[in-house]
Amino acid sequence: MGRIIIPGHAHDHHLHTPDEDGIDRRGFLNCMAWAGAGMAWVAASGVLKSAPLPRLDQTADKRLAAGDFVFAQISDSHIGFSKDANKDVVSTLQAAISRIQALPVAPDFLIHTGDLTHLSKPDEFDTLQQVLISAKVGQVFYVPGEHDMLADDGRQYLDRFGKGTRGHGWFSFDHKGVHFIGLVNVVDLKAGGLGNLGGEQLAWLNDDVKSLSPSTPIVVFAHIPLWSVYPEWGWGTDDGAQALGYLKRFGSVTVLNGHIHQTMQKVEGHVTFHTATSTAFPQPAPGAAPSPGPMTVPADKLRGLLGLTDVTFVKRSHALAIVDHDLA
Amino acid sequence: MSTRRTRLNALAISAAIVAITAIYGTSVHAGQGNPPAKAVAIEIDNFKFGLVSIDVAVGTTVTWTNRDDVPHTVVSVKKVFKSPPLDTDEKFSYTFKEGGTFEYYCSLHPRMTGRIVVK
Repeated sequence: MGRIIIPGHAHDHHLHTPDEDGIDRRGFLNCMAWAGAGMAWVAASGVLKSAPLPRLDQTADKRLAAGDFVFAQISDSHIGFSKDANKDVVSTLQAAISRIQALPVAPDFLIHTGDLTHLSKPDEFDTLQQVLISAKVGQVFYVPGEHDMLADDGRQYLDRFGKGTRGHGWFSFDHKGVHFIGLVNVVDLKAGGLGNLGGEQLAWLNDDVKSLSPSTPIVVFAHIPLWSVYPEWGWGTDDGAQALGYLKRFGSVTVLNGHIHQTMQKVEGHVTFHTATSTAFPQPAPGAAPSPGPMTVPADKLRGLLGLTDVTFVKRSHALAIVDHDLA
Repeated sequence: MSTRRTRLNALAISAAIVAITAIYGTSVHAGQGNPPAKAVAIEIDNFKFGLVSIDVAVGTTVTWTNRDDVPHTVVSVKKVFKSPPLDTDEKFSYTFKEGGTFEYYCSLHPRMTGRIVVK
């Protein structure tokens, strides 16, 4: 039985912490200390309820306990895009970086879940790297989106970001007891299909996790959602279920994706799925428009629909608290 | 001029035009020995190929034009043709010199599919 949490629009923070039996009251209040004004939708026992997040004491202790850490996720920067939906994607990317630098706890690293560029052009990759280097955000881990693999079957991307990765750019690393896995599901896409991991990557994944203890928290990140968000628009991964099968025995699995340019979240047992907004342009909600293309909104509304995500690993509960921030 | 003569003049002129066209047309066909090649335009819009499945004659040139705000590609499943990434208003053309059924799709958004049947 899963709980579905769908953030409302025009909010600043959205928070979810998965617990084995659901969010208990104390855990909920601790979580709320991280949130500001906004709306939270929570489904409990199949009933959707919404409530404004309470404004709590602004001096609430935001220091981390020992063993906790924060990392940030940005996605879909689409450097090179310049159409009605956003004529200055570099500026909105910089706004996202500023928000990261203003977080109460500095992230240990940044994850970019793909579509770094719009057309895989060298100057687009150059610009992205320059913005991130000058922002001094520290180490950045990348997985490509389909827009990054347009040149020479991904050569541009791999030449820059492929070091230490396998195949089309997949890899894993450990950080303070959490195992992070970057997957590539945007290559060798089949006609009529969705995202694709492929046999070689799946075999690698199975091998990568097989000797980890089930209490190891796992964070998987990939561009296209690994779960079926909206197949009609290609928002899913054909062999995603197989990957999740290899992770079934783990007590805490968090799946972070991009591609759909809006936040969406689902909890299924021990697995939390979360998608991030873009730093470049929003896309419509599933089925709300004829196609999933860039959505043009009034200029004063744009930054409210772009953003980043920060994730806190809470060691005592082996859980990850996910907070979305917009750029308004 | 009388109405009758005007009408006869008009008729003569029309007949002459028809005769000249016929002669000209015939000589072109005689010179080439083949029917003129066709061109078909397909617009890519809202993540769809405007003509999803079409029948064309051998020798037809199909031109795809992308009208979306995101790039698309045109890639044949049998790997017979493959466009570069097409940004907004960019085009890709392919001339079908052989018969057959050619399924194709967008490699960025693979749910977008189309078919050309060449006879």
